[in-house]
Amino acid sequence: MAKPSNEAFFWMLFSAGGVVAALLIPVQLFLFFVAFPLGWLQAPGYDHLMSLVRMPLVRIYLFVLCSLPLFHWAHRFRYTLYDGLKVKHLTGLIFVLCYGGAVLGTAVAAYLLWTI
Amino acid sequence: MPTVNQGTTKGEASYTPFHPRWYRPQVSVYWWLGEWHYLKFILRELSSVFVAVFVIETLLMLNALRNGPEAYAHFQECMRNPLLVVLNIVSFLFVVFHTITWFNLAPSAMPVRVGGKRVPDVLVAAPSYVAWVVVSAFVSWVVLH
Repeated sequence: MAKPSNEAFFWMLFSAGGVVAALLIPVQLFLFFVAFPLGWLQAPGYDHLMSLVRMPLVRIYLFVLCSLPLFHWAHRFRYTLYDGLKVKHLTGLIFVLCYGGAVLGTAVAAYLLWTI
Repeated sequence: MPTVNQGTTKGEASYTPFHPRWYRPQVSVYWWLGEWHYLKFILRELSSVFVAVFVIETLLMLNALRNGPEAYAHFQECMRNPLLVVLNIVSFLFVVFHTITWFNLAPSAMPVRVGGKRVPDVLVAAPSYVAWVVVSAFVSWVVLH
């Protein structure tokens, strides 16, 4: 019998994060980190952004936007390291670093959005 | 070299025990550089690094917003650094690459059948692209309104 594994759970996180990243990150990244810094579009003012960020729905949106894509990254990056660089012997360490990073990022996002 | 005496009376028959030679081709660390399909696969997987970069930038932005208008102005100033702008343009290209490959994978991952016939891949992927446009327009509207 095959050893029970958590692979399905991690794959679900990967998949959900992939959908969130595919739908939301291009527009978010383009607006905030390309168009506004380059002055292509008028950047929204501090007060407008704060009034948005203080809305509960926007907080949930931002939490999902930060958290799930990190788990997507953890899954992909870990297999890229295994296969791309052929470092299968470091499996345990890579797993801890990738998912540890995702959990840490999620905690930071939760803290920031809770206290903003 | 171990030999096996099969118990013949005179002991002259000796054998080398059969041992297969494993076929273990050595794969280079750079196996993905040679062919476009492999390179595309690695680039797609690497897009996740730029996803993580985006999340870190967003967390820094939230932290700046939280610390007040001066901190946010300082953050905006930092983001105008040409190196960061170039990084973010590259990130944008990688993330769009992720989006396209992700949507195009869906028809293979979940083939849709209607009346016993497989729906063409284009029709299965199309709603994802429509959703992408609608969501992007909505986010832009909320941010810029």
